[in-house]
Amino acid sequence: MCGKHNLLLETLASGLTMKLDTSGLESAYPVLRGVGDLDDAIQGAPAFELPNASDFDGFVKEAMAELKPAKGTTTLAFIFKEGVMVAADSRASMGAYICEWLHELANPAETSQTVKKIIEINPYMLGTMAGGAADCQFWHRNLGIKCRLHELANKRRISVTGASKLLANILYSYRGMGLSVGTMIAGWDETGPALYYVDSEGGRLKGNRFSVGSGSPYAYGVLDSGYRYDMSVEEAAELARRAIYHATYRDGASGGVASVYHVGPNGWKKLSGDDVGELHYKYYPVTPSTVEQEMAEVAGP
Amino acid sequence: MARYDRAITVFSPDGHLFQVEYALEAVRKGNAAVGVRGTDTIVLGVEKKSTAKLQDSRSVRKIVNLDQHIALACAGLKADARVLINRARIECQSHRLTVEDPVTVEYITRYIAGLQQKYTQSGGVRPFGLSTLIIGFDPYTGAPALYQTDPSGTFSAWKANATGRNSNSIREFLEKNYKETSGQETVKLAIRALLEVVESGGKNIEIAVMTREQGLKQLEEAEIDAIVAEIEAEKAAAEAAKKAPPKET
Repeated sequence: MCGKHNLLLETLASGLTMKLDTSGLESAYPVLRGVGDLDDAIQGAPAFELPNASDFDGFVKEAMAELKPAKGTTTLAFIFKEGVMVAADSRASMGAYICEWLHELANPAETSQTVKKIIEINPYMLGTMAGGAADCQFWHRNLGIKCRLHELANKRRISVTGASKLLANILYSYRGMGLSVGTMIAGWDETGPALYYVDSEGGRLKGNRFSVGSGSPYAYGVLDSGYRYDMSVEEAAELARRAIYHATYRDGASGGVASVYHVGPNGWKKLSGDDVGELHYKYYPVTPSTVEQEMAEVAGP
Repeated sequence: MARYDRAITVFSPDGHLFQVEYALEAVRKGNAAVGVRGTDTIVLGVEKKSTAKLQDSRSVRKIVNLDQHIALACAGLKADARVLINRARIECQSHRLTVEDPVTVEYITRYIAGLQQKYTQSGGVRPFGLSTLIIGFDPYTGAPALYQTDPSGTFSAWKANATGRNSNSIREFLEKNYKETSGQETVKLAIRALLEVVESGGKNIEIAVMTREQGLKQLEEAEIDAIVAEIEAEKAAAEAAKKAPPKET
């Protein structure tokens, strides 16, 4: 039927207690719950099992502190004349350890540090991942489901504004419970290109340029100094790539592969995925020093 | 959750939901309401029973706003209407809050119809005894829309429709005389349709006009009287022309 916009209804009905928006956790085919619940406004909140801790708040604080490695990653996105450019690194770290994934089953011997940090919500919207990988992946997929349901119910695509608002509302209702999500929702809708930053504290910002993650200061430096609104797609891609490269160079928690996506009027398209090690030598090629040359001459015939 | 003693709306052996049909009867006894969709104007008209002298007529407005760009008129139980309208208004704002966009006419109609349907499939409750006519402009495309819902929870879009008392005659008239109109012509068509079953005069009709730019505007009695006079004049002229065929040269 219609989407469950429970936020306002539940707040009105229950005074000031904030009810969790658990609509994200419900299956698409809810089990018949008995005929009494016709009034959404007076329905009780579904029960939520809390961990059996004597000091729940302390427990949550501890859990969150463990996750604190300030979202070890670099992601960035910016709007320009031709749409939205989205880029990210691919290193996932657990404290001091760096995760590696088997890149493709076809080459089991080859591993590369690849984690998909740019999530395809639907063919015209992308989300970036910073923070807890599971949180980002789950809630982005959940957002994709909601966007699709909206499309089916309303015979029109959801706007980027609407999608980011849905995600922000969900994250806000879990505020203080240890979710760690710092994401950007980028897309092209009827109003043109749009970019929103949404985080697990419940913040939601509309903007033209964002970078999220531990490598973001470095990325901002390159991005802000090289940005022009009227760049071509190739120029913008190169700027995004360089910004990610510089961030991975200096930030230990970022690395791997710099992926660059472009969101245009017909949807997103992956432009490139370059190993940042190789990018380094591309930007700073090795020139043989004079000492080495001498030695080569001496060692000659 | 809420306990119920007995389901009220159950199937009859031959597949009818009698409570819903009785609700439709209640609608048929309600005041006539008509809606006409033009290219840039949509008009709602409702029959107004003469208000008691001491009653403040402003408190019995029959055509109401659901949002800046959506209006509703209904026929049937007015108390049920109040409840439904309040829920619809909350939903309009809730939608604005969660997706930062105004509702489309189709969305809010679907919501109201869904609500009406829920009450035909729950225990211990009876269906809403009203049919609604919902008008508005699509906030994205600007297209005008007119929808009707009924106690069974079905809804559909119309170019022009009527509900309530004598709705069949009004609908027949509209089918015969409908054409794409705009502006004042749409208003006239709606009033002419309503005048088929209502005593002539501004004090027996309530008319509201919605345009894209200005939203809903309730017409004053004097304005309605003026248009009614125009319509009567046109009718008289048409009669005269019929009686005395033009002389041929």
